[in-house]
Amino acid sequence: MTSVNQSVIRRAPRRRRSRLGGLRQASPLTYFALIVATALSVFPIYWMFVVASRTNDAIRATPPPLLPGGHFFDNVSRLLDNENAMFLVGLANSAIVASVVTVSQVFFCSLAGFAFAKLRFRGKNALLLFIIATMAVPVQLGIIPLYMLMVEIGWLNELQSVIVPFLVSGFGVFMMRQYASQAISDELIEAARVDGCSTFRIYWNVVLPVLRPAAAVLGLLQFMAMWNEFIWPFAALSRGDQPTVQVSLRRLSEGFFTDFSLVFAGVALSVLPLVVVFIVFGRQIIGGIMEGAVKA
Amino acid sequence: MKVELDNSIVGQGGASPPPRTQHTASERQGRNRLANWDIKYSPYLYIAPFFILFLAFGLFPICYTFWVSLQDRPILGQGEFIGLDNYVDLLQDENFWNAVYNTVGIFIISTVPQLLTALFLAHLLNRQLRARTLFRMGVLIPYVTSVAAVAIVFNLIYARDYGLVNWVLGAFGVDPIDWQAHKWSSWIAISTIVDWRWTGYNALIYLAAMQAIPRDLYESASLDGASQWRQFWSITIPMLRPTIIFTVIISTIGGLQLFTEPVMFASGGGLSGGTQRQFQTVAMYMYEQAFYRFDLGYGSAVAWALFLLILVAGVLNFLIVRRISDSSR
Repeated sequence: MTSVNQSVIRRAPRRRRSRLGGLRQASPLTYFALIVATALSVFPIYWMFVVASRTNDAIRATPPPLLPGGHFFDNVSRLLDNENAMFLVGLANSAIVASVVTVSQVFFCSLAGFAFAKLRFRGKNALLLFIIATMAVPVQLGIIPLYMLMVEIGWLNELQSVIVPFLVSGFGVFMMRQYASQAISDELIEAARVDGCSTFRIYWNVVLPVLRPAAAVLGLLQFMAMWNEFIWPFAALSRGDQPTVQVSLRRLSEGFFTDFSLVFAGVALSVLPLVVVFIVFGRQIIGGIMEGAVKA
Repeated sequence: MKVELDNSIVGQGGASPPPRTQHTASERQGRNRLANWDIKYSPYLYIAPFFILFLAFGLFPICYTFWVSLQDRPILGQGEFIGLDNYVDLLQDENFWNAVYNTVGIFIISTVPQLLTALFLAHLLNRQLRARTLFRMGVLIPYVTSVAAVAIVFNLIYARDYGLVNWVLGAFGVDPIDWQAHKWSSWIAISTIVDWRWTGYNALIYLAAMQAIPRDLYESASLDGASQWRQFWSITIPMLRPTIIFTVIISTIGGLQLFTEPVMFASGGGLSGGTQRQFQTVAMYMYEQAFYRFDLGYGSAVAWALFLLILVAGVLNFLIVRRISDSSR
């Protein structure tokens, strides 16, 4: 231990100059490999916009088109005329579902995370371990009884069937608990108690403002997850008139479709909102994923 | 998964109950009772929403799946208890074993290259780089797209007649491949969809773990004359062991439930996974039995079989990965 400490002290000046001191300099080959990886990642997303802006004849040409064309709005208007897919309803429903779940997750997960990190109560550790264990349970396997339950309570083909089960998650509670236990000092809580704050007021006025960065990341991750959720909405909403956008996509592509430009207009529109979110908040999303990785 | 439970337990044990401000006796008593109640019981109120929802929509359905699997249960009407008959049928069901074979096959040919590539990418990203954030965003962007949308895109990329892949292969003189028609080709195509989406995500997880490795380890290894490769194998890999185990377990749980990619990749979008069931997974088979054949009991038996498969594969992978990363020490 001492030798490690000494070497840290000896090298301190160099470390201050660069946080990444000691890392190898990237070679041109590294850049080349990373550019290839980025290109492969971006290409299918780029290409869905290419196809969405072409006519079907152009898509079937050899070689296939690699540059966008001028038919995007034609394709979109044909998409919106498609009565079976209900694409606009799907977009609106997905926005509602993802927003409601995001707000609810941020509230309930941070509240429970705060309780686990900073409050004393009997059985706390056992309950926390239980929550961690639930993260490894493949919940998808319960969709058959879940479906029966929804039929029973009359929620089948209603939006609440894809909202209510996701209002709070073990992942979110654990993430907020990890952040709260290091970001909030016990003195801060005690000081608020001395001032006569109730526990909920402490949460609302003291804890929640401190948790804001982690809450934002949780909100972003949950918004994306809900927007993209497929298997359960497919079971719960596939036959009604309240599809989410993913269910609309599924209806578009059902059957042996040949109208690629129409389907791809839907694909591009369904992906566009999240790509915009990612470009704006990419740094925070990356930070959240990487911090979670170290703590887990 | 390593969980930091200990410090908070120890840290909270010593905290004394908070002092209170002075008021008249009766007022104080009432207030104290309220405050005591608040301190003692309100935590349960705060964590209750998770437990209520999980019991209602998570745990109950999974347990109830087992009860349903013991019944002959059509989607409409009452079920009839038939004991283990569904499971007996399942063991002799060729289509079920075919689905298990497909699921495990696709899982292996997607996960192994995916995690190795992610490790390599993380190794590249863990250097002094210009445009660091841009490259990280570049490899992560597939993660924000929906599987359903992307699988449709790959359906066209792998199309027999106008697909990009066949066009590129054609330039090298390879005859067009009907990707969905064969087991091997459809497995490869589906694996690329999975890998396209998850490789960058896993790379960032590995990168985070690499950055937590103390630099001094590498410095003293360099002084001892260890090569870059030797350092990677003898320092990086052993230090990443918990993270590698974590990603393998997560990939196992997710990979064996594979559903959306093959469903949306299939032209026509059927749940049978091609004309000969060449890429039908267990999750698809469960769905087909329950919601297309309306046999909830049999579908539930498939669900439990899948649950067991995940459990066995999870334990197996844990043991394999632990042994491999032990030997690199």
